[in-house]
Amino acid sequence: MYQYDEHDQRLLDQRVAQFRDQMRRHLAGELSADEFRPLRLQNGLYIQRHAPMFRISVPYGHLASRQLRKLAHLARGYDRGYAHFTTRTNVQFNWPKLEDVPEMLAELASVQMHANQTSGNCIRNITADPFAGVAADEVADPRPFAEILRQWATYNPEFAFLPRKFKIAFNSAAEDRVVLRVYDIGLDLVRNDAGELGFRVLVGGGLGRTPILGEEIKPFLPWQHLISYCEAILRVYNRWGRRDNLWKARIKILVKALGPEAFAREVEEEWANSKDGPNTITEAELARVSAHFAPPAYEPLPAQDAAFDALLADNKAFATWVKRNVRAHRQPGYAAVILSLKKTGTAPGDVTAEQMDLIADLADRFSFGEARMLHEQNVALADVRRADLFELWQATRAAGLATPNIGLLTDIICCPGGDFCSLANARSIPIADAIQRRFDDLDYQHDIGEIDLNISGCMNSCGHHHVGHIGILGVDKNDQEWYQVSIGGTQGNGTTLGKVIGPSFALDEVVGVIEKLLETYVELRHEDERFIDTVQRVGTEPFKERVYADRQPQRKAAHV
Amino acid sequence: MPTASRKGKPPMSDKIIKNGRVVTDDRLTVSLAEGEAATDIAVPAGPVLVPLAVWQARRDELLARARSGELGVWLAAGEDVAALADDLALLQVIGLHFPKFTDGRSYSAATLLRTRYGYQGELRAIGQVLRDQFNYMTRCGFDALQPQAERYTDEQLEAAIASIDDFTQPYQRSVQDPLPLFRRVERGSGREVQQ
Repeated sequence: MYQYDEHDQRLLDQRVAQFRDQMRRHLAGELSADEFRPLRLQNGLYIQRHAPMFRISVPYGHLASRQLRKLAHLARGYDRGYAHFTTRTNVQFNWPKLEDVPEMLAELASVQMHANQTSGNCIRNITADPFAGVAADEVADPRPFAEILRQWATYNPEFAFLPRKFKIAFNSAAEDRVVLRVYDIGLDLVRNDAGELGFRVLVGGGLGRTPILGEEIKPFLPWQHLISYCEAILRVYNRWGRRDNLWKARIKILVKALGPEAFAREVEEEWANSKDGPNTITEAELARVSAHFAPPAYEPLPAQDAAFDALLADNKAFATWVKRNVRAHRQPGYAAVILSLKKTGTAPGDVTAEQMDLIADLADRFSFGEARMLHEQNVALADVRRADLFELWQATRAAGLATPNIGLLTDIICCPGGDFCSLANARSIPIADAIQRRFDDLDYQHDIGEIDLNISGCMNSCGHHHVGHIGILGVDKNDQEWYQVSIGGTQGNGTTLGKVIGPSFALDEVVGVIEKLLETYVELRHEDERFIDTVQRVGTEPFKERVYADRQPQRKAAHV
Repeated sequence: MPTASRKGKPPMSDKIIKNGRVVTDDRLTVSLAEGEAATDIAVPAGPVLVPLAVWQARRDELLARARSGELGVWLAAGEDVAALADDLALLQVIGLHFPKFTDGRSYSAATLLRTRYGYQGELRAIGQVLRDQFNYMTRCGFDALQPQAERYTDEQLEAAIASIDDFTQPYQRSVQDPLPLFRRVERGSGREVQQ
């Protein structure tokens, strides 16, 4: 993974010093709460329901074992022994002390980590395919480009006070694993007819109150122009994006107002001034950064391993885990493994200090010292020898990290919700917990098959409910928690937004609603049809009918 | 009739940071109050910054004062810098306004004035100008930083100069650093994460 040189380190150290002084002045009364707010947000520090929340950036989801150990150390020393992994490959602490944050930043900087721009109206953490460099369907490795763009975005003087937050993602494979179309800028790594590498550029995606899917504004941007073109997009947005209304300030609103074609023309006009200028990425810089992402020292291994096959045949639990949690690898004899952070009884994405230490140890033993975060709030070890899988399974099983539920009903994407987040309208963790408990039976989950169930505690959509096959959104109605249910959303190549099935439900009704949706699916499904396939074939109507059929007429649902 | 007000009151109303140093400055920023028309507002004598609308309405009348540097023009955050494109050779002072420090439009305006339009004169940040943005402002081409008069004591303003150098070798190309880091320095291959 990328290793800092003296320049990266000096910049990060200067950032820590800057924030330390800002915190000092704030505590001394020289920096008002209003003046301090954007500064602390751009250093990951929120003031939350119970305590500050501190959000640490993990660029494109890559974590070295030493970094994981540092997170475990912070969890023990500054928090309550655990952390939360988010849908945007950030790590959140929910119980730090405000005045401790500069010291936490200094500790992070000692392992090349930071909380740069993890909040605020600026360019946020950039995400990329979690299986970059190992996926068989990859066009090219996105990480060098993600790192180059990270550097351009970090402490960028022109774009620190945008109309609203700004999120960028890279897809680099045939199968979209980053939900590219929900990003402000989606960069799809492609080759043109001449075999040259570049990007299909999408803009204007985003979830939130007005979910919109990104539209293509450039079919092929040669990679050399990545910075100058993104700068043109950001400049158009910074100058002309709306600032009068928080809810209409994302770039998606500007793109929609102008239309993608007109927006593209604005960008082209702006870009014409800087194209081929100093921001053009050089071959040397790409080579320098790419060297950090060279494949690890794989052993030459046979594709087939008789001992492994025998274990698979003999041990049903192991075979189930391999089927659900292990992914193919382009290197013969290797596999990518997903450790589940979705064990029933644990808030989705929560991970203890002990688990982080263990993942670090396992990464060192089995995966070249690296782990990766997935936007589904799980962790992957991307380079594991197939011959080591059994041992890895045993070690992770003992630590509650081997639930064979990846892609299944209990692999829920869930924001922290009203238990922690001051933005939330409703709690989300109790919903996830109730669903996990009700459907904990693995045989049932395997019968239901692949399904994405996403929960957000409010319209900010951190739980990506719009793109869940089943999406649950917490809403507030007369100070009561209600839940709106949608079905038919999908992530991936054919990303679509789900449709709300009708009036909202009380907290204790939600599990029953999910149950009815699943029953309807089981009755209507064709062979080999996933839940989402059935919804797409028959539409939402049969599901709605079933869910609302036996609702008492006098028990009025909240219309929200 | 009152047509302009000094930005705030003493004790330290006349200090700004210019080229990294605290200097005394008595330039008045003229604003159009509600109901006032650009065509008939009185422009006070001495160093002033006038709104774009006043400049556009009375360019001929104000031309000599602009050429001498006594009169400059300020742009509101939403105003397009292209409106001054033809006057940049003669204007010696341009102000860009920050209605709130969280409104970042003037960073792009400054960048464009300095790069695309090649403006060489004084570029002054006015409005809600705070020390924690000095580094970004300077990198975008502001050479004059005018916090609101009541915001900092003389001592605080002197201390605030340090913020200009918060980042000494940034990643980006900017007005201050015409080359991005990867063209500016020889970059290393990195080192292992230290425990």
